[in-house]
Amino acid sequence: MTHTPPFRLPAGGRRIDRAWQVPFRFDGRHLRGLTGDTIASALLANGQMLMGRSFKYHRPRGPMASGSEEPNALLGLGQGGRFEPNQRATTTPLTHGMITRSQNCWPSLEADIGAINNWLSPVFPAGFYYKTFIHPRPFWKHVFEPIIRRSAGLGRAPTDPDPDRYEQAYAFADTVVVGGGIAGLTAAREAADAGGTVLVLEQDGHWGGRTPTDHDGGQAAIDAALADLRGRKGVTLRRNTMATGLYDHGYLIARESLADHDPNQGIPRQRLWRIRAGRVIAATGALERPLSFACNDVPGVMLASAVRDFIADFGVAPGRRIVVVTNNDDAYRTALTAHAAGLEVPAIIDARPLADGALPQAARDAGITVLTGTAIAKVKGAKHVEGVVLCSHQGDGRPTQTIDCDVVAMSGGWSPVVHLYSHCGGKLIWDEGQSMFRPDPDRPPLGADGQGNVTVAGAANGDLRCAGDLEHPEAPTMPVWVMPARAPYTLRAKMWLDFQNDVKVTDVELAAQEGYASVEHTKRYTTLGMATDQGKLSNINGLAVLSNALNQPIQATGTTTFRPPYTPLTLATIAAEAKDDAFQPLRKTPIHAWHETHGASWEPVGHWRRPYAYPRAGEDRHTAVHREILAVRAGVGTLDASTLGKIIVKGPDAGRFLDMLYTNMMSTLPVGKCRYGLMCNENGFLMDDGVVARLSDDTWLCHTTTGGADRIHGHMEDWLQCEWWDWKVYTANLTEQFAQIAVAGPKARDVLERLSGTIDLSAEALPFMQWAEGELAGIPARVFRISFSGELSYEIAVPANRGLELWEALHLAGADLGITPYGTEAMHVMRAEKGFIMIGDETDGTIIPQDLGLDWAISKKKADYIGKRAQRRSHMTDGTRWKLVGLESLSDKVIPDGAYAVAEGVNGNGQRKTQGRVTSSYHSPTLGKPIAMGLVRHGPSRMGQVLDFPMPDGTVMQARIVDPVFYDKEGSRQNG
Amino acid sequence: MAEALATITRVAGLGMITLRADLDRAGDALAEAAGLAIPDTTGATTDGSRTLAWMSPDELLLILPQAELAQALDDLTQALMGEHGLVADVSDARAVFDVIGAGAADVVAKLAPVDAAAMPQGHLRRTRMAQTAAAIWRVDGGFRVIGFRSTADYLALILTNAAIPGSGLAPR
Amino acid sequence: MLILTCPYCGVNAEETELHPGGEAHLARIGPNGTDDEFEAYLFARKNAKGVHFERWRHAYGCGKWFLAARCTATLQVFGTYRAQTPHPPADIVEAIRKARPDWTPDWTPAEGTAE
Repeated sequence: MTHTPPFRLPAGGRRIDRAWQVPFRFDGRHLRGLTGDTIASALLANGQMLMGRSFKYHRPRGPMASGSEEPNALLGLGQGGRFEPNQRATTTPLTHGMITRSQNCWPSLEADIGAINNWLSPVFPAGFYYKTFIHPRPFWKHVFEPIIRRSAGLGRAPTDPDPDRYEQAYAFADTVVVGGGIAGLTAAREAADAGGTVLVLEQDGHWGGRTPTDHDGGQAAIDAALADLRGRKGVTLRRNTMATGLYDHGYLIARESLADHDPNQGIPRQRLWRIRAGRVIAATGALERPLSFACNDVPGVMLASAVRDFIADFGVAPGRRIVVVTNNDDAYRTALTAHAAGLEVPAIIDARPLADGALPQAARDAGITVLTGTAIAKVKGAKHVEGVVLCSHQGDGRPTQTIDCDVVAMSGGWSPVVHLYSHCGGKLIWDEGQSMFRPDPDRPPLGADGQGNVTVAGAANGDLRCAGDLEHPEAPTMPVWVMPARAPYTLRAKMWLDFQNDVKVTDVELAAQEGYASVEHTKRYTTLGMATDQGKLSNINGLAVLSNALNQPIQATGTTTFRPPYTPLTLATIAAEAKDDAFQPLRKTPIHAWHETHGASWEPVGHWRRPYAYPRAGEDRHTAVHREILAVRAGVGTLDASTLGKIIVKGPDAGRFLDMLYTNMMSTLPVGKCRYGLMCNENGFLMDDGVVARLSDDTWLCHTTTGGADRIHGHMEDWLQCEWWDWKVYTANLTEQFAQIAVAGPKARDVLERLSGTIDLSAEALPFMQWAEGELAGIPARVFRISFSGELSYEIAVPANRGLELWEALHLAGADLGITPYGTEAMHVMRAEKGFIMIGDETDGTIIPQDLGLDWAISKKKADYIGKRAQRRSHMTDGTRWKLVGLESLSDKVIPDGAYAVAEGVNGNGQRKTQGRVTSSYHSPTLGKPIAMGLVRHGPSRMGQVLDFPMPDGTVMQARIVDPVFYDKEGSRQNG
Repeated sequence: MAEALATITRVAGLGMITLRADLDRAGDALAEAAGLAIPDTTGATTDGSRTLAWMSPDELLLILPQAELAQALDDLTQALMGEHGLVADVSDARAVFDVIGAGAADVVAKLAPVDAAAMPQGHLRRTRMAQTAAAIWRVDGGFRVIGFRSTADYLALILTNAAIPGSGLAPR
Repeated sequence: MLILTCPYCGVNAEETELHPGGEAHLARIGPNGTDDEFEAYLFARKNAKGVHFERWRHAYGCGKWFLAARCTATLQVFGTYRAQTPHPPADIVEAIRKARPDWTPDWTPAEGTAE
């Protein structure tokens, strides 16, 4: 029979407003719906039953459900950056001007080339890919993978950035009730009576769940419950909020829709709630199960409850002639609703031998034919239901009669929504009497106190008739896993279990036959329940079929693991505020703005941004770095060193503590002096370095690397709190309190002496590795004579608020001397010229100080320091470790950083053996040649030998082993 | 368009001093020097001008007008004389924001894993706001937030974004 | 998301405010330790299924390291306590025994004190 208009019924539709038309587009066609419609109801109202194609066989599909369990009616919504694939038409409210399109079809939904897979379906059984794409092996990468990748995935990912705003929010409640149906509202009232705060979350935009649709007086009952709750302090009711997952210790994640597909409001589109729930009451209802009969996926075959919803809630007739097929009483409501709406119901097909409860009786009274003990042998029609062929349910499918219809409303019973209960380890039991898995109250998920923290209410708990006084008795559901009961293979091969992934009864049976006894393995082998709907409709039917094939009870088969999220989460809600400029906290020094206005090219160092160099007009970064180095070596330059860690360590035991922390002796450092120190972890490996200054008798200032400040402060606190807690030491991380500026170069002293001040900066008063404090340019300052460049150098620390002032004063004072700001790359090159190591370049977490020739900085006198024992391990002392040397390229080309020096022979994998690698490599403008440092086996005793460094292009670069100090070996410049 | 949930204002001119000491031994002397009672665990005491906040079992933070900083540093150092302790000026290491307005608690609740609406007066909560450390307490009409100087721009940005008009947390 | 109460400041902090520090109550092996002792100290961890003691730092809060006794299988938290103790204190031992009667400490609690 044909599908005929009108599709919008003349009356009814409790959720729509007939006064307001809503224009929208579907696959380019201009259509109209009504305010209150979902996309699915609006499409049905326009006679559009075909809404998508299945994933594997490209079978034509219409909506099956009316809620979030929908497997078929998945659409692409919006366009550009707002395009979203795989959105459920059944839950997405229709909005003005919405652009929707069907998926997984080409060139069109009606004429889809991919449907050829459907004809080929007999050769694509479960496990087809696993069995087929194995040999020959080289084919995998070049043939199979490209083909599979092209056909993999449902829907198309958007290519533009999402322009919308998303956010997160934290909430706290003693009780969180998930589900705003009659059970949830009742539970919320009880929880509120018991005291404490109550938060009620409802996934839809309207309250009540199924009660207003299914029961006379249902809406009134819901309204009364809402009115009561709204009058209570401490109760919060939140709609459009989907609880997607329950995590450890009662942490509940929920997504609230604020401005979905209404981007012009300017408010966040969605909000991810991070809720700390004292306890959770899951009142999440139940989902109707499909029945497995042949061709149960033809558009027009829908869940009975969905047919009822479309008629009662949206005033939409999915068809004019509706056959109901069921194994329970509830589906009779659909027949009665359809009949009352003026639609034809030629028959109710009931698999049960008897149907004489109140609802079947009401159907008979309405003149509807009830055929008991009957089944659907097969649905007629391809792109739309045309009729059903009936048979005896207990038989093998021999046809008894045919009924024309355009919709089949099916009900295989109901399954409680147990996801939230299961996410954190709550267990289920098989309820034989009701043919359903329901939460086992004796094995709930546990909270931090070891007690159950989730209870379940209403249909989610298996109490399908939870509407209290509104309910009437109903006869039990008869389990029907395959219809008819003794259906032959040809029929079973057309019975769909998973509609989105095209898994059929015979696929699951094949898995069982091939030895997949575990439900988890069967799931992965067949892809049952692995689609975007996560098997909300298919899982129970699938594992019943599996149990049958394995000849074991359903409880023995069990379920697959229920994992969050219950429905897909927009990734943007997880990122929330962390996008664009707020992606990460960007740390800025007090002089950041000056760098910016002076053309700094940035280098990220941790979360800091440091100037890499300051390219001038016409310069690239490389040229700028060379100019900056030469300016420092010949004159004077300034470096913003504010990012260096500055940690105060104070107390009677501070010296003793620092002796444990550093490899060398810090307790003997005289007040007023500085000492370079190395810090190792208990593994003996170098973790940080820096200059330590003794400020007073009981106070030291420890400089750390830029990236190390927080880590080293944490390291200090760890040892002080957890190991040496009786030592009297306090630390304070003052990194951000000070701006620190390095003034380096032969003219550094000249510049500083031009500033007014109280500090004697002469070589005699302030020699290398000492510090002094006083005023400089009217600013309180601490001046350290330390040098990372190898030049005469002062590092000046001033309060952060005055850092920019000092920087500008220096540049004013040194303008005629050509004072030049230099960046981190110039600093790196200059330290390499001097053979100074850099944490992170010469070290990688596996390097001990001895590898770097730093034995001079390791105290021999100390009984202990962190890392001392580890450095005595056999592999640390066996003499074969790679050690630091300088490397001089034999050509004028810079050897790439990280290049390996090869040795004779090959290893077990046929690769050349190695004997060293480059750790730092630069072109030195000072020396006019490439310089490098590296770690080489027996390196220091092999001076003058030449090493081979094979390059990726097949050429070999060569370098001679030399002393790592390339420049000013005597140190006369820095000491000057 | 509606108004922002709260106004976000950077507060300048505050001095801040970190104090570390055994509060059982040195508490009285510090209280006298600070001019405020030693706060309870996670508490803060204030006279409207100065605030003394509990940061850790052996750490306090004194917040005061910048003009009083130098004298207070001297007084507190004196108070700890002969005692194992640490006094450090951290005024320049911090960035302070006031979040004032009817929706101030909503702004905090979007960024910090704390029950902002239920936060009592006189309680200082050290936590994080999005990806940066912060200390938060109630002031008239909203909250005061202390973060780090280097991430001041980030803190200002996320606070402003969280306060955009029409984005209040009340159920709709 | 683990939620633990910091024993120093009483804040009931979620995991994002904390920094994990691995197994608790390791006794440091210094320069005089044998190879075997040192290897065990650096690398050998109990990796218990069940009762477990571990280190957490209230990193976004008071900055103190504390110790937590919890069950790695159920995530039940028996208690949190200060880090300055070589063994879990008596009240923690009691709380664990109440919830896990079969569990016995693998150290010898001194008379009248858990240390």
